[in-house]
Amino acid sequence: MDTQTKTEKFQWTRKHLIGLSDLSRREIEFILDTAQSFEEFSTRSIKKAPPLRGKVVVNMFFEDSTRTRNSFTLAASRLSADVIEFTEKSSSVSKGETLIDTARNLEAMGVDIVVIRHSAGGAPKLLTRCINACVVNAGDGYHEHPTQALLDVYTIRQVRGSLDGLKIGIVGDIAHSRVARSNIYAMTKLGAEVTLVGPPTLMPARVQDLPVKVSYNLDAVIEDFDVINMLRIQFERLGGNPFPSVREYSHFFGLTVERLKRAKPDILVMHPGPMNRGVEIESEVADGPNSVILRQVANGLAVRMAVLFLVNQAAAQEQKEK
Amino acid sequence: MAKMISETILIKNGRLIDPKNKVDRKADILLADGQVVKIGKNLTETADRLIDATDKIVAPGLIDLHVHFREPGDEEEETIASGSAAAVAGGFTSVVCMPNTAPAIDEATAVEYVHRMGRQARKTYIYVMGAITKERAGKELAEMGLMAQAGAVGFTDDGSGVQDTAVMLRAMKYASMFDCFIAQHCEDRSLARNGVMNAGYNATVLGLPGMDPLAEELMLWRDIQLVKKTGVRYHAQHISTAGSVEIIRQAKAQGLPVTCEVTPHHLLLTEEAVVNYDTYYKVNPPLRTQKDIEAIRQAVADGVIDALATDHAPHLKSEKELEFLTAPCGIAGIECALPLYRKALIDTGVCGWPQMLSMLTYKPASILNVAKGSLAVGDRADAVIIDPDAQWTVDSSKFYSKGRNCPYQGWTVKTKVLYTIVAGEIRFAAED
Repeated sequence: MDTQTKTEKFQWTRKHLIGLSDLSRREIEFILDTAQSFEEFSTRSIKKAPPLRGKVVVNMFFEDSTRTRNSFTLAASRLSADVIEFTEKSSSVSKGETLIDTARNLEAMGVDIVVIRHSAGGAPKLLTRCINACVVNAGDGYHEHPTQALLDVYTIRQVRGSLDGLKIGIVGDIAHSRVARSNIYAMTKLGAEVTLVGPPTLMPARVQDLPVKVSYNLDAVIEDFDVINMLRIQFERLGGNPFPSVREYSHFFGLTVERLKRAKPDILVMHPGPMNRGVEIESEVADGPNSVILRQVANGLAVRMAVLFLVNQAAAQEQKEK
Repeated sequence: MAKMISETILIKNGRLIDPKNKVDRKADILLADGQVVKIGKNLTETADRLIDATDKIVAPGLIDLHVHFREPGDEEEETIASGSAAAVAGGFTSVVCMPNTAPAIDEATAVEYVHRMGRQARKTYIYVMGAITKERAGKELAEMGLMAQAGAVGFTDDGSGVQDTAVMLRAMKYASMFDCFIAQHCEDRSLARNGVMNAGYNATVLGLPGMDPLAEELMLWRDIQLVKKTGVRYHAQHISTAGSVEIIRQAKAQGLPVTCEVTPHHLLLTEEAVVNYDTYYKVNPPLRTQKDIEAIRQAVADGVIDALATDHAPHLKSEKELEFLTAPCGIAGIECALPLYRKALIDTGVCGWPQMLSMLTYKPASILNVAKGSLAVGDRADAVIIDPDAQWTVDSSKFYSKGRNCPYQGWTVKTKVLYTIVAGEIRFAAED
């Protein structure tokens, strides 16, 4: 079956995007195909289209973000939505207002789509139970970061054509990484084989029950990888010290020029950002010929336009059926 | 004013189950002056009140070793009055209030206050445990002696465990002179840390910090070593893991004065319930796995579990609507506890009514060291009349408790409390 008929036949029905764990391969591919149609936008002289005209998107960010936040803002603007920026660095609770109250207040102002980033896993899910607006997860605790994983697989697909049969390594702080979790779902559903690499103290409980391989030895597995995704150490989420020092961590798990020499010459080097240069990745590697890190960022825009477009469409459809 | 004389009550044709006295037979029972006056076949005495208990179970009033009635301090969540009304609706004629209130019950006047509010509520009998340490901070011993004199039945820092081993040892040694028991919420904070659910596959997928079962088991194991040294009576509260069951089993085999309780939710629900971040399933200790449930049920069958206790923990809806990480732990469910125990233990063939009722009557009474939990002539007239087969649907909006945080909402359950009698007075009668 060719892509064209697949796209035509498929009907997107989700008004929320909370995670990729319960999305089918087909749904993921549909988002990627939709993103592809938005990709050429960035090259136009007038970078705007009308599908979200008259709609209000609120960016509710309870955690720091540079890429994701700006990317969502830009994506919403390009689709002609009005964008409200809501920032509350500290937890809503400490301020005295609960997340639900904040969201209900924003909804009362007529918000159509809530893009939320929160330090608590499950916060976006909680919103879906309490408000009618579309909810898009921009990263919750160490649960999921679906748009990051979508732009990761989009980038891989762009370069390699398909993920089927690719061997992908995800290296670093798996335990505290929402990117790792969303990556695992997206990549394995699209046919890749994923290996998680890091010290056992940064692996989550029962990691062996996920559809992945696990290695504690990067040098032993790096030569198999077609793609390597280097995660940042989530220093803000670590408890105690899961490894003795940054120096020791880098020694075993950093992607150095030396280490990269053992990999396939065309390996794709990825990083979700923000990078800690010299910790998990050497500058020369981050900026080198194998790196697609900036391409990931560029693709994030198209992917987020697609997501906003699709959830809005599903909400409109739901409204019509009522 | 003339002395009030309580009415006499004759309960006819019921199945009298009095586990302490190994009674399970059809009998009539006459209550007068707050006592059991006569038990026998075809009693013909006239009474102020006649209750036909045909096909019903008549049992000693139920005892709940573990409730949070939130007073003093959090009266919006529950009061001793609302909690007491809920307790008798659930068949409980005696409950034990935990001291993790605000402020904590850590001195004698607070103990007296709880007793007074219990008397005023005039529903269930209210017992209270005092804190082991001042403000439950785990550092300095609270005035256990004065609290014991004021009527505290035992001591616990429930809500958290006493982390410092030296403090726990000192508390046990000190308590041993008052013939009371020490209870522990077993949780090693250095391991449990910020965990909000069982550590395992589901926590990994949900991206929530997990609590390793070892956090419970290590403190339990530690405490049992301290029991060996001090000989104090020790009670493990709401044990939740297969490992804990094994530790208790071994301690009992060694003849140590160790008892334990389990909750309805640790007999019925697993960590799977949390997959939608539903905070009504957030409890501490967290819901575990089916393997743990099987181990606990087996321990019930083997007589290793001494008491069934609700850990009734009401919270505001608005608090439970917080993020899973920040929402408070606890389930409000004292009013539907009995049918839940039935579902977990009788319907699964783990045990029958007499054995189940033993963990709700004389066994918890013996932990408290009070003369309750039996229904023989001369005993205090605390009794419950149960329709074992009546079906009903749990509706938390109808609870006497202020707590609506009940994950069993909408469940159809079997077994209904018809009458709850405390000291010879009908304190609860089911409608219709």
